[in-house]
Amino acid sequence: MSGATTASGATTASGATTASGATTASGATTAAPDAAYNFAYLDEQTKRMLRRALLKAVAIPGYQVPFASREMPLAYGWGTGGMQVTAAILGSADVLKVIDQGADDTTNAVSIRAFFARTAGVATTESTAQATVIQTRHRIPEFPLREGQTIVYQVPQPEPLRKLEPRETETRRMHAMADYGVMHVKLYEDIARHGRVTLAYDYPVLVNRRHVMAPSPIPAFDNPKMHFSPALQLFGAGREKRLYAVPPFTSVESLAFEDHPFHPWKADCACDLCGATDSYLDEVIIDDSGGKLFVCSDTDHCATRRAEGHRGAKAGHALTAAE
Amino acid sequence: MYVAVKGGARAIAASHACLAEDRRGDPALPELSVAQISEQLRFAVDRVMAEGGLYDRELAALAVKQAAGDLVEAAFLLRAYRTTLPRFGYSLPVDTGAMLVQRRVSATYKDIPGGQMLGSTFDYTHRLLDFALLAEGGEVPAAPRDKVPIEPAPRVTELLAREDLMARDPDDGTDPTDLTRTPLTYPADRSARLQNLARGDEGFVLAMGYSTQRGYGGTHPFVGEVRFGSVTVELCPEELGFPIEIGDILLTECQMVNQFGGSRTEPPQFTRGYGLAFGHSERKAMGMALCDRALRAREFGEDITAPAQDEEFVLSHTDNVESSGFVQHLKLPHYVDFQSELELIRALRREAEARSAAALPEAAE
Amino acid sequence: MLTDAPLLEAKTVSLRFGRIAALDEVSIQVWPGEVLAVVGESGSGKTTLLRVLHGDLSPDAGQVLYAGRDIHAMAAPDRKWLARNEWGFVHQNPRDGLRMAVSAGGNIGERLMAAGARHWGNIRAAAIEWLARVEIPEDRIDDPPRKFSGGMQQRLQIARVLVMGPRIVFMDEPTGGLDVSVQARLLDLIRRLTHELGLASVIVTHDLAVARLLADRTVVMQQGRVVEQGLTDQVLDDPHHAYTQLLVSSVLQA
Repeated sequence: MSGATTASGATTASGATTASGATTASGATTAAPDAAYNFAYLDEQTKRMLRRALLKAVAIPGYQVPFASREMPLAYGWGTGGMQVTAAILGSADVLKVIDQGADDTTNAVSIRAFFARTAGVATTESTAQATVIQTRHRIPEFPLREGQTIVYQVPQPEPLRKLEPRETETRRMHAMADYGVMHVKLYEDIARHGRVTLAYDYPVLVNRRHVMAPSPIPAFDNPKMHFSPALQLFGAGREKRLYAVPPFTSVESLAFEDHPFHPWKADCACDLCGATDSYLDEVIIDDSGGKLFVCSDTDHCATRRAEGHRGAKAGHALTAAE
Repeated sequence: MYVAVKGGARAIAASHACLAEDRRGDPALPELSVAQISEQLRFAVDRVMAEGGLYDRELAALAVKQAAGDLVEAAFLLRAYRTTLPRFGYSLPVDTGAMLVQRRVSATYKDIPGGQMLGSTFDYTHRLLDFALLAEGGEVPAAPRDKVPIEPAPRVTELLAREDLMARDPDDGTDPTDLTRTPLTYPADRSARLQNLARGDEGFVLAMGYSTQRGYGGTHPFVGEVRFGSVTVELCPEELGFPIEIGDILLTECQMVNQFGGSRTEPPQFTRGYGLAFGHSERKAMGMALCDRALRAREFGEDITAPAQDEEFVLSHTDNVESSGFVQHLKLPHYVDFQSELELIRALRREAEARSAAALPEAAE
Repeated sequence: MLTDAPLLEAKTVSLRFGRIAALDEVSIQVWPGEVLAVVGESGSGKTTLLRVLHGDLSPDAGQVLYAGRDIHAMAAPDRKWLARNEWGFVHQNPRDGLRMAVSAGGNIGERLMAAGARHWGNIRAAAIEWLARVEIPEDRIDDPPRKFSGGMQQRLQIARVLVMGPRIVFMDEPTGGLDVSVQARLLDLIRRLTHELGLASVIVTHDLAVARLLADRTVVMQQGRVVEQGLTDQVLDDPHHAYTQLLVSSVLQA
């Protein structure tokens, strides 16, 4: 299964859909945008405001830029920040991929992708390689991003110090003074108590050797992908009204100690469907006695590998998409 | 047999269809009209306008209908719609002193110039369910209302200010913050706080105000005045250079009179808490006035001891569009993060077991 | 270490709170390695002076010079750096100077980590060393201070303050609120450590016995003014100013 459906319900091999049911040369979907709204829903003034904020963010890697978040047709907490960033940067020639938990077909990813298809008429895709803009919740795609791609992260809590310090006035000062002692104390305490750092996701990083940043609730496993990525990484927190960015080829280091270095954890096995040993895996309970399958969280990655002939230990399980 | 979770798009479409059906309810019953909602559920409409931050009765009534009565959802619809609207400019400040009052009460004086006007209120009703309302078509006798238009009445707090017993809040000419254009930062100025409270969830603002009455940072409030009625909105278009009236809106305003301790250098004065809401929203305006006063603690050099005085705490949690979104977002899949927690806790337990297993032989010696 | 210039100097510092003159043209000096006590009753301005010397409050007039630099004229980050690396402040209530929910080791290690220490083992070793120096048993290193007695909390606060090797330490009634026997032990510790480390220190206290035990020189304050200063023994044994005489005579001989 390549992971794409056409309007008629049949699957194509290229991973792209068209409204008419045929694949285009580029393999991406297009549809006429809804004329009742401006391109990508937001008015041009708002987009300009967002882009100015994004420019500031790119100029100071990892620094949270306040912005006047707009109410979007999706609820706060459901990706409005990411959507505003995407709306601000999307152009008619872009190809958009939207994932949630690494999958293109989770309900919220579907909802957001449909939103942009409707309000911008941009081509959409499930293929990481073909996308120019990827909006994501909680994962970075396994396939390495390349120069010219932009990844937009949905962020619930942009402030990495928030759990340690609830006051905004205080955390603002801490960032200004690079006063991050309290963050390292937390890591010290974890190691003293458990022998290792017990942050599994949204693991704080030091960006460009200056600002501590919340990478969004991606698993710690994904952190290394941010370091010197050729892609532009943008982060939007709609409810908390902050934007931040990591420009291409910027240092992003997970906080750690020299003698307790950062370790990206994942389940210690391979994908049962495609055999991948280096991708982040979802644990799926398959029967009442607790039987388990481990499958790639990145559905495009898994599907692509299977299309290339890779097979995992339980590939015999018939994998049917509910049509 | 493992079947991959797919078909999210179809599930969503089906869900929308169920929602539309449930909204309509029993098709044998007449459909609610937007006009009916606007007329007969006016408090619902008022609340949605206040929390949606948009004054338009018809749109608010439509939102109530579309949300099948879920007022937080309706406020969200209105807010999202507001995002798409072009902005022509700012009105002149409305003059609530010139309000054509339909209801006006003061607790601080027995009688006031302009009179106490009870108007339409639940306050003195007996809360007994009226089973006559189970049926439609009942006769509603005409209510005795004054046919003579009421003269605009001076505010009670103005009377106190003339005696220098209450500080005025003078217009120092600075532009107020616009919370819809610039994000809230702390410390917040009073215009930002008031805007935030005006759009805030009525329940939350009410509870915070209530807490000040129960000892969590109390300031002995009195209702200087609650007034409800219509005010004129004026806009001064650049092309004309003079203000023109563009319509009337209904507003509820509350001014609370609170005590101030004074100091050795300053004689004591009453201080103000201010509340303002679209439509007829007394509970909201009063709760807001209590919160406004509590949040002025810093200004008056008062110790900040109570949650209602904590600016960051109050203002960060007033917006029910934000709070509803974030609380409910927990329903979204979080299994990737949960997976990493699972891996972590399994690893920690393995290590703990290994440590205690290693310790046992030593203990045996 | 011989030097001509004082390490810390207040020059005609004045500060008003409304109509009240909290500090009225106060001038004092602290030399490297010397312990200075500031004594007076409550309302004398001694705590206000401490806060001005530490940079927490700005004077209305006058200057505070640390190693020749005006601390109130410098940028906040620079002052912050000094507060973290060259100065220490011991609060009267240890809860004000500690993170109560963080372990003892974490409390001591925090400044090291804020200054860039990134080797967990070394940070822990430094914490263990300092716990020993303030006579806290090593096995308490992972306990949070809310499990400690008041005296032990205070000793932990001192360790947290001294770990960065400051040149001058400010103490605000360090033994206030502690039992007499606990006080004695703590004073002994402070005396030993300041001597071993060659620390300069400014100690605010209403208790003349504390001044007698710890301080080389003593400054006596009354209503925001310095009324007398000099070698501690001289000030306490042969007070010149009427107020000092009153203070000294009202102390019950133990």
